Amino acid sequence: MEKRVTFKGIWLPLLLVLPQIVITAVFFFYPAGQAIWQSLFIPDPFGLSMRFVGLGNFEYLLGNPYYRASFVTTAVFSTLVTVVSMGVALYLAVLADRLIKGSGVYRTLLIWPYAVAPAVAGVLWLFMFNTRVGVVTWYLGLLGYDWNHVLNGDEAMGLVVVASSWGRISYNFLFFLAGLQAIPKSVIEAAAIDGARFWTRFRTIVFPLLSPTTFFLLVVNIVYAFFETFGVIHTITAGGPQQATTILVYKVYSDGFVGQDLGSSAAQSVILLFIVGLLTIVQFKFIERRVHY
Amino acid sequence: MATVSLSGIKKSFGKTDVIHGIDMDIKEGELIVIVGPSGCGKSTLLRMVAGLETITSGEVSIDGNRVNDLEPMNRDIAMVFQNYALYPHMSVFDNMAYGLKIAGRPKGEIADRVGAAAKLLQLEPYLKRRPRELSGGQRQRVAMGRAIVRRPAVFLFDEPLSNLDAKLRVQMRLEIKQLQRRLGVTSLYVTHDQVEAMTLADRMIVMNGGVAEQIGAPLEVYANPASEFVAGFIGSPPTNFMQAELAGVPPASAVTLGVRPEHLAITTDTHKVRGAVLYTEALGAETLVHVKLADGTLVTVRQNATEKLPQEGEDVALTWGKADEMHFDASGKRI
Amino acid sequence: MAGQSNTRAGMVESRGLGHWLTHLGLIIGLLFVFFPIWLAFVASTVTQPEIVKPPMPLLPGDQFFENYRKALVAGVNAPVALMMLNSLIMAMGIAIGKIAISLISAFAIVYFRFPGRRLFFWLIFLTLMLPVEVRIVPTYEVVAGFGMLNSYSGLIFPLIASATATFLFRQFFMTVPDELAEAARVDGARPMRFFWDILLPMSRTNIAALFVILFIYGWNQYLWPLLITTDPSMNTIVMGIKQMFPSGDDIADWPVIMATSILAMIPPVIVVISMQRLFIRGLVDSEK
Repeated sequence: MEKRVTFKGIWLPLLLVLPQIVITAVFFFYPAGQAIWQSLFIPDPFGLSMRFVGLGNFEYLLGNPYYRASFVTTAVFSTLVTVVSMGVALYLAVLADRLIKGSGVYRTLLIWPYAVAPAVAGVLWLFMFNTRVGVVTWYLGLLGYDWNHVLNGDEAMGLVVVASSWGRISYNFLFFLAGLQAIPKSVIEAAAIDGARFWTRFRTIVFPLLSPTTFFLLVVNIVYAFFETFGVIHTITAGGPQQATTILVYKVYSDGFVGQDLGSSAAQSVILLFIVGLLTIVQFKFIERRVHY
Repeated sequence: MATVSLSGIKKSFGKTDVIHGIDMDIKEGELIVIVGPSGCGKSTLLRMVAGLETITSGEVSIDGNRVNDLEPMNRDIAMVFQNYALYPHMSVFDNMAYGLKIAGRPKGEIADRVGAAAKLLQLEPYLKRRPRELSGGQRQRVAMGRAIVRRPAVFLFDEPLSNLDAKLRVQMRLEIKQLQRRLGVTSLYVTHDQVEAMTLADRMIVMNGGVAEQIGAPLEVYANPASEFVAGFIGSPPTNFMQAELAGVPPASAVTLGVRPEHLAITTDTHKVRGAVLYTEALGAETLVHVKLADGTLVTVRQNATEKLPQEGEDVALTWGKADEMHFDASGKRI
Repeated sequence: MAGQSNTRAGMVESRGLGHWLTHLGLIIGLLFVFFPIWLAFVASTVTQPEIVKPPMPLLPGDQFFENYRKALVAGVNAPVALMMLNSLIMAMGIAIGKIAISLISAFAIVYFRFPGRRLFFWLIFLTLMLPVEVRIVPTYEVVAGFGMLNSYSGLIFPLIASATATFLFRQFFMTVPDELAEAARVDGARPMRFFWDILLPMSRTNIAALFVILFIYGWNQYLWPLLITTDPSMNTIVMGIKQMFPSGDDIADWPVIMATSILAMIPPVIVVISMQRLFIRGLVDSEK
């Protein structure tokens, strides 16, 4: 795709792209290059010099049980976040789509969590489940359940999953609702005339027609769970207990800034970079296909 | 008002030549229509005059001044685009005034000139509206108004009517013609519609494959097409083409014989060729009779509704006058 | 019944019992969404003893002004009003800065042919792939090297160093008809004039939608301010909340923390709700 009309000149356009070039070069490409470069070295114990180790950092990482555990944690976490947030959002979108009047009101209210920072969402949920003062913890205690996500890894995982999914419901809801509203009413009416009841209509007509939206959200939510949930985890569990909620991004941070292991942190960045690249390619491939859908 | 002269205009995109050298002198106040099928290079030619495309070789002069290297704004031209190209966020007034504003004209003068153009085009009630609040015909008028207020030496029209429905097209065609006569501004008008070309043009350029096949007044081009292409493109229904031998004594190099539908007649006397009637179309004042000749060639006879209508499937004899014959050689040139 | 008087309703709209079940389902969803927010609000209006002796009340108390005043003026490490100002500057800086540089560079790559244009375009494409979280360590080093720790420029620049917005504006500019630029040229507009008079006004809705998205993105940043603002007076509100929790076994000052949480979500919520229509259009269009 190219424009037919163009303006003449070389200096003006170069001047126009200059700010972006400089900023991305300094704050994006140079650091990204550094991450790749650093991943090939390990610093000596005093941090005075770097020793070249080639792919040594990667070998070490892939053999490291903690890192492998973090991979598993990330997989579990992102799967759960994606399923929970998309499931709840789809349920709400289907209901809102059934309404002709009033769906706008629900939409306005359901957008709220989008505006709430993941870190703030983390604090809100932490407050409800706080082991000392949490309301939910207290009522669970009345029911005889002793909630303690500070000690119990599964409970910690459950809590960060719920808090992360909560913040994501708005986004998914908006896309599902837009997708549902784009389905021609005549198709659904035709199915209704054919005698299909709501659930049958949903299963055989609505959901298949919604699949482009669903697939798009799947990719986007995985990216979200991978990268944007740092705030939730940092505020609620700080990766614990015993690394039960240390997802890959959190590990880059904790190894790099808390543990000061630059080589390993950089190598982890490169691996993450590779994963995002893969996801992005999947996404673009898919978008291309969607154009012809 | 100005003269425009094109000499040896050529255009290539990379290695592809799209215009192969066009020469023409346009007189003051003339309305020239550039007509041809899509892809013939007519729009490209117009855009080169406008300064929107670079000229690969040759020269464009306006009023005797070479303008090849001038920006569009310095060529003293105005252009009406196929999709009108109105600025969607500006009112009708601002759309028409934009060029004058850029030129730094005083506010009073801008208001006067836009007001005058709006009056001429009956756009006065709509000056405050946005383009999307107007009908197709009104948008078309705004586009013309934008051209008029600049009082250019040359108007350039790039298929300005092709987005209108058939009825409006006929009406706007007439308006453009009257407006051009009244303002007397030299104009170049691009269209693929040969009826538009016939009705509007003082002279027309019939283009095909980047070549000007013929330049001339509409009736002259109609009566005397310079090539097989022109004979087929100008006139509706198109000229009938038959094998040259069917003419009594064709010139030695002739390959194709052309006869216009109105010059063919169904006869019971001496005839030149026979064929079977495929079907007939009664259009009211006239009737088109489609005939399949023995060698499979299809021809059309245009006759008055008062004449006897043959039955479909009937075997008929056809004749024509010697003077109405057009002969073309193997390359399509008129002999 | 009201639902049936609607002519568009037809047979697919739920009616009668189903209609009310639909509302009920949505209301349960709303409860799930709003319960955490409500609880935070309640906690921000009661006293500390009411919270630490569970169960805390579920209806607001009378300490609203006291708690919010305390948070805004004193905070824990730094006054929340100051942190909000920092957040505002950061969010506005990111939104305006990114929109500005993206608009002009998208204009350049769409409307000019200049050496390096293709390369530039592909570089832009590359930046779409990498969130800041992935390259934090080296980016931190760059920012530290420039002496930009604890500064607004340090908070802002690394986060506008991606080309998502450029990409979106490019997509939009490509849909602007060629004839508009040609008409402007014939009207005598030079490139920058065309940009200001035609392209920019035509991009208004896109700019507004992007502004909402970027403002929230900027306001809600957590990891980056956490790394580069060690001075409490430069903390942003979203990262500052976590800093309010005491280390060790001390009891957190919950009313103030919860008041801060509410304050942290008010500006983005206002932006999203007030520009809802634009925002939804921008979001759904831009990410498709």
